[in-house]
Amino acid sequence: MKARVTVTLKNGVLDPQGKAIEGALKSFGLDGVDSVRQGKVFDIELSLTDKAEAEALLKAAAEKLLANTVVENYRIEILS
Amino acid sequence: MKNTPAITPELIAQHGLKPDEYQRILTLIGREPTLTELGIFSAMWNEHCSYKSSRLHLRGLPTKAPWVIQGPGENAGVIDIGDGLACVFKMESHNHPSYIEPYQGATTGVGGILRDVFTMGARPIATLNALRFGSPDHPKTRHLVSGVVAGIGGYGNSFGVPTVGGQMGFHSRYDGNILVNAMAVGIAKSDEIFYAKATGVGNPIVYLGSKTGRDGIHGATMASAAFDDSADEKRPTVQVGDPFAEKLLLEACLELMKTGSVIAIQDMGAAGLTSSAVEMGAKGDLGIELDLDKIPCREEGMTAYEMMLSESQERMLMVLDPAKEKQAEAIFIKWGLDFAIVGKTTDTLRFVVKHKGEVMADLPIKELGDEAPLYDRPYVETPKRPVLDAAKIPSPVSNREALLKLIGSPDLASKRWVWEQYDHLILGNTVQQPGGDAAVVRVGEGPRGLALTSDVTPRYCDADPFEGGKQAVAEAYRNIIAVGGTPKAITDNLNFGNPERPEYMGQLVYCIRGIGAACAGLDFPVVSGNVSLYNETNGLGILPTPTIGGVGVVDDVTKSMSLAFKAENEAIILIGETTGWLGSSSWLAEIAGREEGAPPPVDLVVEKLIGELVHGLIKDGLVTAVHDLSDGGLAVGLAEMAMAGGIGATIAAMPFGLPAHAELFGEDQARYVATVGSKDALDEISRRVSAITATGEALVLMTVLGKTGGKTLTLPGESPISLDELEQAHENWLPAYMAGEL
Amino acid sequence: MKSAVITFPGSNREGDVIRALRRATGHEPVSIWHQDMDLPQGTDLVVLPGGFSYGDYLRCGAIAARAPVMDAVRTHAAKGGLVLGICNGFQILVESGLLPGVLMRNAGLKFICKMQHLKVGRTDTPFTSAYSEGQIIKVAIAHGEGNYVADTDTIARLEGENRVAFRYCTAEGNTKAGNPNGSLNDIAGIYSERLNVLGMMPHPENLIETLVGGIDGRGLFESLSAFRRAA
Repeated sequence: MKARVTVTLKNGVLDPQGKAIEGALKSFGLDGVDSVRQGKVFDIELSLTDKAEAEALLKAAAEKLLANTVVENYRIEILS
Repeated sequence: MKNTPAITPELIAQHGLKPDEYQRILTLIGREPTLTELGIFSAMWNEHCSYKSSRLHLRGLPTKAPWVIQGPGENAGVIDIGDGLACVFKMESHNHPSYIEPYQGATTGVGGILRDVFTMGARPIATLNALRFGSPDHPKTRHLVSGVVAGIGGYGNSFGVPTVGGQMGFHSRYDGNILVNAMAVGIAKSDEIFYAKATGVGNPIVYLGSKTGRDGIHGATMASAAFDDSADEKRPTVQVGDPFAEKLLLEACLELMKTGSVIAIQDMGAAGLTSSAVEMGAKGDLGIELDLDKIPCREEGMTAYEMMLSESQERMLMVLDPAKEKQAEAIFIKWGLDFAIVGKTTDTLRFVVKHKGEVMADLPIKELGDEAPLYDRPYVETPKRPVLDAAKIPSPVSNREALLKLIGSPDLASKRWVWEQYDHLILGNTVQQPGGDAAVVRVGEGPRGLALTSDVTPRYCDADPFEGGKQAVAEAYRNIIAVGGTPKAITDNLNFGNPERPEYMGQLVYCIRGIGAACAGLDFPVVSGNVSLYNETNGLGILPTPTIGGVGVVDDVTKSMSLAFKAENEAIILIGETTGWLGSSSWLAEIAGREEGAPPPVDLVVEKLIGELVHGLIKDGLVTAVHDLSDGGLAVGLAEMAMAGGIGATIAAMPFGLPAHAELFGEDQARYVATVGSKDALDEISRRVSAITATGEALVLMTVLGKTGGKTLTLPGESPISLDELEQAHENWLPAYMAGEL
Repeated sequence: MKSAVITFPGSNREGDVIRALRRATGHEPVSIWHQDMDLPQGTDLVVLPGGFSYGDYLRCGAIAARAPVMDAVRTHAAKGGLVLGICNGFQILVESGLLPGVLMRNAGLKFICKMQHLKVGRTDTPFTSAYSEGQIIKVAIAHGEGNYVADTDTIARLEGENRVAFRYCTAEGNTKAGNPNGSLNDIAGIYSERLNVLGMMPHPENLIETLVGGIDGRGLFESLSAFRRAA
């Protein structure tokens, strides 16, 4: 089973990298960019077959390590 | 052996092998090579590994001295620094990869040179670098500076070694071909140095470190091919550095070496598994048999060809004592490193590579290196330029204005923006930080230390390769003298254009001769080096850039010297002769907008006599600050001393009888400025200077220029310049440029 | 003072802090490997040194905070034992929950290594007794992610409980102008509630001798050396 965990900064937490990228995009003349927030994507292969079990495992992984829940949110997707 | 695909002329050309070189292969092995064998030959016989264009000329370099433990030919050079300790060091280029992907190119450059040093059993204690970028106006320059600096920092900072010095310059001749030269310096016990030479038949060959992927395949070949506009398509071959893996590899290797189980060790650098295995066998007069099924791979389905040519980083190959295999295994597991026994030494003198039960390569191991092509390429000497008469070059601006402009020019402006991104303080032994003449790093708990510097003036090398080569070595010598060190040895990193063009080959040949002359004259041998050729874009070569990394020993770091003015009311003296040499100077380029004229010659006899004189003055505590003069001459030197000390100076009218701008900005060689705190000391210095002249060996001059004090620098006939104004001019350029404000 | 210095794979300033402790206390600190489960009996102080533990590729200190030895560190801290986290050690302490907040990328997005002035906070703690309150000291910083961030309540609490150990400042003591990385309230180091855990980004261990930059970092190690736990 393939899954993806996306970790993003919570709203309101300053994201200097995102801001720099946003500035760069605007300087390239890509009008229409309002704002950029940078995050991380983890593509994970699981040996599990049960979707609920997989979700529980990924939730634990996200909370234990992948995300710092003080400043970050995470989203779990089962891809296949 | 299976021979698919067929070896076509196109395939041979793609491997960078010329038709006559391929003919040489056929003669050597008596049959058509397999694809894997072709790859092995291309890796072993390219410029980077075989030095085929430069070898003939490099042979002329002085490489011996009583303190040299290991000269060129190993992973790094080794010198004895006393107390049973050895200094292991080398400089290496990563130019082409850094142009394609500046961050990763720079990280892997630093990683590679650190491995060269710890492969020999030394713990790295410092790194330096020498960077050359295109014109600041070139659209790519800012991006390249930003990426390279972040990459050097990103690797060294994480690995945990201080980056203590370097140089950075800009010139349009580097627009499409930047230079990233990195130097690493390590310390080992002088009787515990490790070499690549394998011994014993049937000993296991162990692979240690990161897994092998498809990265950098043909990286070594790429490094020897000139760039054209398709450079951007070469991106996939760039390797990625992993400083964490390197740190683990360092600790594991040093721990393993202590157990006595390492017979031979070689890092997998350019041409990866191929060159490391061949080198171990060839040096030990042994054959090597590799079983590629055992190689830890990161990707599935890798072919023998790919495994043999992969340049995945942070990997080592070693021959281990079979009796101590278990002990070694425990260390590898402790550090969480992949390892595998991937082969054995044999008595056949063959390099045999097996994969999935098939022999993929079976080649004579000694001949792979020994029979590499050796070229005596045609070369022409660079035409001599006329010596310029300073009187005929009027200054377009006041000397005050010229000084402010020079110290804020791209080459001479403060590089604080760069070195503040490098951890230069880790390990707690950085006695003299970046920004001075040479860095001084204490060894262990002292009092001994090392003086480290990297130098070259490409402007001079372009104008006169022989004098430029000499000057690069002399400047390294001078920088070490200025901090109180005894110059011991150098590593040379020769960056040049296409050697197949006689004018560029001539630059290489004459620079090497100049380096050789200076090494011999200054008793400052070459112990390691690297050659990077084909540095050009669309047919125009870079400025010839033989970067010299110099190492000196400081007997007592508590007595090392710095360039900062130390107190008010001290006499400022100039040692050495001033003729107002403006040819090929910074002033001429930046202020007059001309790059012409012969560069200042270096008189090696005078250089050595003055060097020894200044060394003695520092040792005997007769001077309070010392700075050697180079780019920008006397005025820039004084400004740097004033800014570093936060103390101004007033310079009286000068006695040389030359146009003022030539006195202030001329770049005559073998000159130092020093400050002296007492009349007695000044008298003693005069006595010593006269004593040298009295021997008749050379005329050495000492001139009292003025004295320190106040918060302004006052040059003869100019209104005072406040230290704040100097600082602003000096510090602002690079941050403002990088912020896109210029 | 019995001290233990934990080495994670990727730690790189453990030698620097061991040297500072040895010189201040006259005793050799014990080196602890990250896979060890226990601290030596009678350990007074545990140090988490600077570096890039486990490469710091995920978030600085994130993996180290979950290393086996950290359970022992938590137990030690819970019993009132002293814990000092410097740079990466501070990042590990916030990731492990021993200190509040988080250390984000420097506001300028670059790694910064330079001499930096700090204003010392309270001096009635085991870490700062050799300094005077409000003293301005010069130490080194060397980090890419030292931008201290916490929610408004946490900051208010840290300030209210006088738990800011050090603030960045200029040589003249101007905190706002001397902030190198964007940290909230110019915070360079904070204490735990019971003042037995200190996390700080700057490196006092690199400022222990005149020859190498200065001696303003010594006070921290001398304070620790002089500290005697109430019986």
